[in-house]
Amino acid sequence: MTEGPPVVVIGAGHNGLAAAAYLARAGRRVLVVEAQGHVGGAAVTREFAPRFRVSSVAHLTHLLDAEIVRELGLRRHGLEFARTRLRTVALAEQGEALVLDGNRIVAGAVPDADRAAYGPFIDRMRRFAAVLARQHHRVPPRLAWARWRDALPAAALGLDIRRLGRDDMREFLRVVTMAIYDVLEESFASPALKGALAVDAVLGTRLGSRSGNSVFSYLHRLGGGGPALPRGGVGSVCDALAAAARSAGAEIRLDSPVAAITVGGGGVAGVRLESGESIAAAAVVSSADPKTTLLRLLGARHLEAELAQRVHHLRSTGTAAKLHLALSGLPRFRGVAAGDAGERLVLAPSATYVDEAFNAAKYRRYSSQPIMEITVPTVHDGTLAPAGQHVLSAIVQFAPYDLAAGWDAARGRFQECVLELLERHAPGIRGQVLAAELLTPQDIERDFRISGGHWHHGELALDQALMLRPVPGAARYAMPVAGLYLCGAGCHPGGGVIGAAGRNAARVLLAGGSP
Amino acid sequence: MRPAREHYREVVQRTPFHSRTAAANALNLWHRWRDYTVADAYVDVGLEYVALRNACAVFDLSPMTKHRISGPDAAAFVDRLVTRDLTRLRPGRVGYCVWCDDRGQVIDDGTLFRFADDEFRLCSQERQLDWLLRSSLGFDVAIREETAEVAALALQGPTSCAVLAALGLEGVAGLAPFAMRSFPFAGAELLVSRTGFTGDLGYELWIAPAHAEALWDALFAAGAAYGLKPMGTHALEMSRIEAGFIQAGVDFLPADHAVRTDRTRSPFELDLGWLVDLSKPNFTGRRALLEESRIGPRYRLVRLDVEGNKPARDAYVYDDKRNVIGAVTSSMWSPMAKASIALASVRQPWGRPGDELWAEIYYQKELKWNRFNARCRVVEGAFYQPPRRRATPPPPW
Ligand SMILES: Cc1cc2nc3c(=O)[nH]c(=O)nc-3n(C[C@H](O)[C@H](O)[C@H](O)COP(=O)(O)OP(=O)(O)OC[C@H]3O[C@@H](n4cnc5c(N)ncnc54)[C@H](O)[C@@H]3O)c2cc1C
Repeated sequence: MTEGPPVVVIGAGHNGLAAAAYLARAGRRVLVVEAQGHVGGAAVTREFAPRFRVSSVAHLTHLLDAEIVRELGLRRHGLEFARTRLRTVALAEQGEALVLDGNRIVAGAVPDADRAAYGPFIDRMRRFAAVLARQHHRVPPRLAWARWRDALPAAALGLDIRRLGRDDMREFLRVVTMAIYDVLEESFASPALKGALAVDAVLGTRLGSRSGNSVFSYLHRLGGGGPALPRGGVGSVCDALAAAARSAGAEIRLDSPVAAITVGGGGVAGVRLESGESIAAAAVVSSADPKTTLLRLLGARHLEAELAQRVHHLRSTGTAAKLHLALSGLPRFRGVAAGDAGERLVLAPSATYVDEAFNAAKYRRYSSQPIMEITVPTVHDGTLAPAGQHVLSAIVQFAPYDLAAGWDAARGRFQECVLELLERHAPGIRGQVLAAELLTPQDIERDFRISGGHWHHGELALDQALMLRPVPGAARYAMPVAGLYLCGAGCHPGGGVIGAAGRNAARVLLAGGSP
Repeated sequence: MRPAREHYREVVQRTPFHSRTAAANALNLWHRWRDYTVADAYVDVGLEYVALRNACAVFDLSPMTKHRISGPDAAAFVDRLVTRDLTRLRPGRVGYCVWCDDRGQVIDDGTLFRFADDEFRLCSQERQLDWLLRSSLGFDVAIREETAEVAALALQGPTSCAVLAALGLEGVAGLAPFAMRSFPFAGAELLVSRTGFTGDLGYELWIAPAHAEALWDALFAAGAAYGLKPMGTHALEMSRIEAGFIQAGVDFLPADHAVRTDRTRSPFELDLGWLVDLSKPNFTGRRALLEESRIGPRYRLVRLDVEGNKPARDAYVYDDKRNVIGAVTSSMWSPMAKASIALASVRQPWGRPGDELWAEIYYQKELKWNRFNARCRVVEGAFYQPPRRRATPPPPW
């Protein structure tokens, strides 16, 4: 192990831990400093009511990088899945709920034409998503190509698109910037089907189903192995990552919020903790979001003016809230077969419903008819609640960070609204509620130190993707200040529990990369 | 005064000296400088120029864009803004500087007045408020444009110091180049800086608009014995080319105006490398300029002594093999240098001192066009640089 000051990793979220593990395995001295009293960041399992635990923010893994699981031996370090490849159940107040399993519609009343079109549609979207997923391990190309080498990643992306073949390539290029609403309209008639698919395109974003770019967001989500439930909640991914990092020699300090990234001698010098303690660093790798890292911890004055402005204008206003319920029994959802209660339940009766839910967010109101993604992980995982009792975890959208009325005033009404909606779909559920926790984007910002409480640390859209992510000029993990690296969801390939940003950043650091 | 919302009724404003400049403007020759109308010439450009170089001349500088920068982070802010090291710019001093965008391309140049540790005025050719505000993210500074709040005159030429002394400004002769001082003047405060755009001995005078006319009158009363004349923009333009000074929009395209990325210039490409301090830890444009200092600039600003007596107006510049390598941006017949002189931007590696270049000059004689290729010599430094420009105290008149 090398002597001298350590590489300091800010944040023990999954990306920070992945970066720490790779750096430590490469022989670097690594010190992770985490503000909270536990690892995990937004991939964490917490007790929200006595003896009820839940994945507090992220509650399903879709995208977790299989290569990282393998390379870091996460299974050996305790990662297990309670369920993989969950089905998607589109809740309906009347009739049988639609059930989607991979590329098949396995239940629900949909026109035959939709049933026939569904498989080819999903297969094609998966091929498109695979093109994007193949970029996960690539450092995005430089925008101004100074050397021929700089053009390689761009050429590789071009080649991946070209390899789709003529028809797919044309279709990919046609749809990638489109609104999911229009693409679904071309393919299907069933409102329930279109609603369920539209949810996947807008979850975690500030987009409606009729917003351009929502297909891109859809493809991002589709790029993994499908929704899965880690045993012990999503936090167990980070527990395994932390174990892997520690076993490679990394040190993790909890309850150590960083107040500032210090500079000197032409680059970063280290970090200063809120406690006042200064830590010298060979390099600083931050998994905090770009605005936090660059504007608050480093300070705009250490950036050049235009770059600072770009970071300032990074769109990062979160819209997703989390609702957690401790339930005395298993809720019964209308139209859902008893065996399907533990699947991934989505509430969005149509693609228009999704867009109308979004309308509220545009005007800084919450949706009174929100969309939801619901899991009852206790169906598969007995570790989260006392026997016979259950936990419901729901992502509820749209609940904008910048609510005009202010969340203090609106929190109660919003929660009531969501519970009402749940009651309509699962009659009697309100009577089963033992405890409830609502996390608005402002709560998420406060508890998890994510600017705007944004799922992706900054909107994931084409203008903030790849070589434009988080902003042009800072898209290659190495920041313009020597020795400073970004490694969180704000970087390519974006949010969701993936780990690729942490892995890429470590690789860039080890290769002595430049912005 | 008009209510602010009535401003549009007077599309082009009058400077605080307008009553005086209008009375002096025998030619009734005006042009628009930003929001103001200013005299191109008053009586005769040649006479104004001769007054400037041999006695002194006064120029209405009021339309010059002025910004006030103050607050606890003001010094840190301007240090990040400009390319040069400002740590030695003490209160009471003025510094010439350039500022760039992130690509290291020049946005504008100007003079920075330091009034106090945390108080500055930035004067520039172009409006910079938007750029300054955008650059201020993360700094505790207050920035506003104060162009209309300050009336300004440039008093330039060999007798300028004597005129100010006759005006009663005690000790003005002790003012070193790029120093400034306030003097009481008729119940007001008159700020005098030893700065200018003429390459000669000279001062710039700054006063509240209400006192502008009184200042003008007093200057002309004191200056009568020293050959003082009002001077318009034409004569000023002659003197700045002789001094080898560049002008935004003429000799370079402000980076924030450019659509085409290859039309802008870095400080190195404008012969302003001496203003760039790459050892400063951070300033806007630093990374690009560091890279440029490694790979070399694309262009060079050259000062040309052009054979013959025809100004090389807008001329293409050729190498000795007849390849176009650049173009002239400013040119004139210089009465002081007794030569046709020009500023030009040429591609590297051309334009080294001593290189032989050619300018393709077109000129008209009685409506007939003629063309010839003039041999050009690359000159180092200004075309005209009298020692009095730097002497403190200036030589007595
Ligand atoms: C409501 C919601 C639901 C979501 N649901 C899902 C989902 O179901 N599936 C999915 O895959 N993704 C989901 N996501 C997205 C996912 O949670 C995040 O994209 C991901 O967890 C980000 O990981 P990260 O390691 O990049 O950053 P984070 O997890 O945010 O980690 C950053 C770490 O840095 C620490 N930190 C910040 N500032 C400081 C400081 N000054 N000093 C010290 N430490 C600091 C933080 O405490 C945190 O631990 C959801 C997001 C939201 C908001």
